[in-house]
Amino acid sequence: MAKEESIEIEGVILEALPNAQFKVKLENSLEVLAHVSGKIRMHYIRILPGDKVKVQISPYDISKGRITYRYK
Amino acid sequence: MITIKSEREIELMRVAGALVARALDLLEKEIRPGMTTKDLDTMAEEFIRDNHAVPSFLNYVPKSDPGVTPYPATLCVSINEEVVHGVPNNKRVVKEGDIVSVDCGVYKGGYHGDAARTFVLGIIDDKVQQLVDVTRESLERGIAMAVEGNRLHDISSAIEDYARSFRLSVIENMVGHGIGSELHEDPAVPNYGRKHTGVKLVEGMTLAIEPMIALGRSRRAVSRRNEWVAVTEDGKPSAHFEHTIVVRPGKAEVLTRTFLE
Repeated sequence: MAKEESIEIEGVILEALPNAQFKVKLENSLEVLAHVSGKIRMHYIRILPGDKVKVQISPYDISKGRITYRYK
Repeated sequence: MITIKSEREIELMRVAGALVARALDLLEKEIRPGMTTKDLDTMAEEFIRDNHAVPSFLNYVPKSDPGVTPYPATLCVSINEEVVHGVPNNKRVVKEGDIVSVDCGVYKGGYHGDAARTFVLGIIDDKVQQLVDVTRESLERGIAMAVEGNRLHDISSAIEDYARSFRLSVIENMVGHGIGSELHEDPAVPNYGRKHTGVKLVEGMTLAIEPMIALGRSRRAVSRRNEWVAVTEDGKPSAHFEHTIVVRPGKAEVLTRTFLE
C-alpha cells in the first residue's frame, strides 16, 4: 500500500519561533516546524500565531515544512 | 529510523512476500469482467487466512494521519483513474477495457509483505497499454538500482527518468516505503528524485518500491476528505506496480516475485 505524503497541506500557526520559523499544526493534527517561503518574505506578509497557512511538506522529512501561503 | 533486517528476519519476510505473490497470482488468474471489487477482496482474504496469515491493510491507520478511518479491506483495488487505495465494495464492477491496480499486503510471522500489480481486462487503448508496460518496466529499473552502495534516490531517479522518457506523469504525493514489522517504515521511497542523493543503501534494508505512473499531467493523486481512494487530478488512467525487496550487494532480492513468470 502506497504511503501518502501530502505535498501541500493546510495548517494553523501555533507559535512563532525567533529564527523566522513557525510551529504549525496541520489539518491532520500533526505538528511541523516550518520556515517562510522567499515569496512571502519579499512581500512582507506577516504571519502571526492563529493564522491559517498553506504548508509544503518535504516527502523526505515530514517534520519540516515551508509556508507558501497565508490565508486572509 | 531505518532498520537493517537480519537474515532470520528476512527469512520471515520471504514467507510473507511469497504469500503476497501467490495471492496476486490467484487474482490475476481469476479476475474477469463483471466481478465486483468486493469479490476480489473476499477471494484474497480467504486465501490469506487459509494460509494462517492476516491481511496487512485491514484496519490499517497511517501514522502520519491518525484521524483517518481505519482501512476497511484486504486489498486496494484501484480502477483506471484511481491511483491507489481504492476500497473494494460490492457495487463497483470491473469491466472489459479497464485497468485494475490491485495492491495486497500480508502479515505473517511478525513481518509484512507488500506488492501490487495492474491487470489489464480485455483490449485496451494502445496508450493505456503502454502506460501499464512502462510502469512495470520502471519498477524493474528501480529494483535494479537497489543494490548496496547506491543511494536511495538512485532508485527514485531511475523510475522517474524511465517514465518521463515516455512523457508519462509520476505521482509525487504517494511514495514507496520501508517495510518490516511495520507496514510503513522509514525511509520514504519517492518515485522522483536526483541521482546520487539520499541515504546510502546497505544490505538488509527492506523496501517496498512502487511506481505510480499516470497518463496526462497529474503529479498528484487527490482524495476527498475521509475517503481512501486517491484519483489523478485530470481523470487520466494510472498504473501501479510494487515489489518488496531486500537490498543486497550486486543485485536486490525480490521477496514478492510472481510464480507465473
